[in-house]
Amino acid sequence: MAVVETKGLTKVFKKGELGAVNDVNLTTQEGEFLVFLGPSGSGKTTLLRMIAGLETPTSGQILIGGQDVTHLSPRERRIAMVFQSYALYPHLTVYKNIAFPLKAQKVPKEQHKQKVEWAAGLLGIEKLLHRKPRELSGGERQRVALARAIVREPTVFLLDEPLSNLDAKLRTSAREELEQFHSRVKTTTIYVTHDQVEAMALGDRIVVLHQGVVRQIGTPKEVYDDPADTFVATFLGSPPMNLIPEERDIVGFRPEHLLPASLISPDQRVSMHFHFSHEEYLGAERILYGSLADKRFEAKDVISRLPSRVEASFEPGSIVEFAVPRNELKFFDRATEKRSEPRVISWQ
Amino acid sequence: MFYPAMIYVLAVIGLPFALAVVYAFSDIKVGSVGYHFVGLQNFKSILHSATFLRALYDSFIFTVGSQILVLVGSTLLALALEKKFRGRGLVRFLMLLPWVAPVSIGAIGWKWILDSLYSVINWVLVRVPIFHLDKFNPPQWLGEPALAMASVIVVHTWRLLPFSTVILLAGLSAIPKEIPEAAEIDGAGFWRKMFQINIPMLLPILNVALLFGIVFTFTDMTVVYILTRGGPYDTTQVVPSLAFFTGVLGGDLSEGAAISLFMVPILVIVAYLMLRAANRSEVT
Amino acid sequence: MARGRVRELLVEGGRWAVVVSFSVALAFPFYWMLITTFKQDADLYNTANNPFIFNLKPTLVHLQVLFRDTMYLRWAGNTALVGALVVLITLVLSLPAAYALARLTGKWGERMGIAMFLTYLVPPTLLFIPLSRVVALLGLQDTIWSLVFVYPSFTIPFSTWLLMGFFKSIPRELEDAAMVDGLTRFGAFVRLVVPISISGILTVVIFTFTLVTQEFVYALTFIAPERNQMVGVGVPTFLIRGDVYFWGELMAACLITSLPIALLYNLFLDRFIAGFTVGAIK
Repeated sequence: MAVVETKGLTKVFKKGELGAVNDVNLTTQEGEFLVFLGPSGSGKTTLLRMIAGLETPTSGQILIGGQDVTHLSPRERRIAMVFQSYALYPHLTVYKNIAFPLKAQKVPKEQHKQKVEWAAGLLGIEKLLHRKPRELSGGERQRVALARAIVREPTVFLLDEPLSNLDAKLRTSAREELEQFHSRVKTTTIYVTHDQVEAMALGDRIVVLHQGVVRQIGTPKEVYDDPADTFVATFLGSPPMNLIPEERDIVGFRPEHLLPASLISPDQRVSMHFHFSHEEYLGAERILYGSLADKRFEAKDVISRLPSRVEASFEPGSIVEFAVPRNELKFFDRATEKRSEPRVISWQ
Repeated sequence: MFYPAMIYVLAVIGLPFALAVVYAFSDIKVGSVGYHFVGLQNFKSILHSATFLRALYDSFIFTVGSQILVLVGSTLLALALEKKFRGRGLVRFLMLLPWVAPVSIGAIGWKWILDSLYSVINWVLVRVPIFHLDKFNPPQWLGEPALAMASVIVVHTWRLLPFSTVILLAGLSAIPKEIPEAAEIDGAGFWRKMFQINIPMLLPILNVALLFGIVFTFTDMTVVYILTRGGPYDTTQVVPSLAFFTGVLGGDLSEGAAISLFMVPILVIVAYLMLRAANRSEVT
Repeated sequence: MARGRVRELLVEGGRWAVVVSFSVALAFPFYWMLITTFKQDADLYNTANNPFIFNLKPTLVHLQVLFRDTMYLRWAGNTALVGALVVLITLVLSLPAAYALARLTGKWGERMGIAMFLTYLVPPTLLFIPLSRVVALLGLQDTIWSLVFVYPSFTIPFSTWLLMGFFKSIPRELEDAAMVDGLTRFGAFVRLVVPISISGILTVVIFTFTLVTQEFVYALTFIAPERNQMVGVGVPTFLIRGDVYFWGELMAACLITSLPIALLYNLFLDRFIAGFTVGAIK
């Protein structure tokens, strides 16, 4: 087990252009499951590839287990990586795929069989050992890739969107397996994804990246409930947080907190006039689309997410009184888009 | 819509092929009239002819020798060219010249380079002290049997190398870059990555390049014709050039046709292997 | 830390050594053609001279002789004419054939395509003897028409194979849409498929042409008179008188013939490779 640390890590692909990764400082905790979350182009994969040694940083330092590995080749870093495409060796059987790192690391030959069987057993693929990768399903390939990664007991696991090649149904079960797998091996793991659900479900902590800059590091609850800036606020959560410009501030509240005013006790609520337009019925909940009716909000679009058990029907075009609990309002500085101190506001 | 093309090709390939078989079992010469079936007589006389046996032997030496050089050379070159670098386009253009220029033209260029009197190679070699070459009696590249065969093999290799290289480059670029990366992370060094990952993954395409190479070499007479005319003393004569000298210049159509038919088994084997390769790649 | 760096440098150095030495070896004959073309005879045929440099002033005399006193231009013209006609025949026959093969469903289309491709492997050296009789019977001997007649036998298979690949990449729905919109199948082919595949067709034109310029055996066998030769045979045959090689003129002719073909070819290389490797890369 080891801790990964980056200091001022920067990668600029083309001189004069904006860096793909800019001055990233982070430290994993022992045995932690850390998720890099961001949209495509946010630099999360580049960051991971630098930690793996596949990309040379323009500046900055990488430490694994306290040792400076910035200039070491990937093979000298004692890490394991699972690629998005799994990168199984197509000409080798599953057994030989899993044994490859052992051979490459010159583990004595007598131990190979036992170690491969241990890794295969851990992932339940003992029966596949004599198949070639092309004869495997997507889920099986993922397990082989994991077995190949675990077999030499690496100090750090790197996973690059390993679930994105699976279909939606398989993805959920694979996610659960991954969770259980991590709780069993407890190796420090860095996981890259653009899927916020994956990030929330798997991560002990989440690093939110945007344009190569770390926007926030925190537990899933922290990044969701206490977003550091408007990017994090809108990137996490679906539908995204409503953001309303208000003097020097931007006021944000999540759609699930925008409810008919009668549902919130009067002393805690901030009320507003909701100009209802249309709704989507999603079974467990309803998504209501509309805008703020007060003139000063310039018909700003807002979304409400209403549990289906709330029985209320709305006429398209009608104006209804909605409200948000006061403590659920987040304030952001209008200029910097960073979180600012909460204030008392009243919109009616 | 497919038939016009098929009929044309069959007419210009299938008919002459049948005719070649018919000739091979006859005693037809240029200018002779009528057709006399002579059975296997042509084949018998060919198989008893030292010249033919020598040509068959030379053909195998020529093919095996140049294919080994081509495979090793093109694998090396393709691996070296895989990574993008400045000037790669220019290198690719220079490298392709031997394949693109008409064969006869490239070969005549070599004939000048290997000239008995003015060979630039000899000019350099006699000035390198370690070779101890006699300045007044330098190697006759095209005039001594072993050297002539070596020269023919090298020139043919020179011509086929670019073809094989571009095919291998295409094969290399089809390997997802994550796979060598994964090998690196798994701890593989340069040689292990090369021999356990890159080259095994290239094997199917190497196979294709080799099969093409065999066909293009075993049936080629241009390099031999231009450089040595089969000489000295038929020591570089190959099957196709012998067929040419016998059937076209010698006018013995029947024997020439019989000689060229000896290329058919090789072609059939190669065609079969190619079909198998094509079928296998469908399965994956 | 140092070990990784040193290894990286070694690998890079090896890469450069391979690239440079192969490029030099492969391109050297063409460099030699270039330097020979512009050397005076007195410079060429003097063993005491350093052959890598101009010991006497460069000269244009070989080029002048080549263009004025030999049939080089005539051969080049013959080659261009044969090339153009063969391209035409090839396109007329292989466009519909390739389209039919590309749209044939099931295993059959594939098999016919592969069979077509395999005929490309049938070498001239197998057929030149009977073909020379056929050519004589048709009265085409010693004329370029013999080549116009025979060359499509190897250009059609290869072109059909290449075009088939292009046509297969055009979605069927596109033609279906055109037919729903009122075109006939033939109309859809001419007005839709052909324009879309124009780059593929251009590739086929270039490769057919270069195959024609590269062919040697048939041209050598079918045509004797000097004035009716193709460039590939005329240069190595008629720029030599008996035992005397006119190296200056020869090398000039080689250089002038190779370069334009090489430049054209280079432009379309990638599509050409795709033709050879279909099925093998997966």
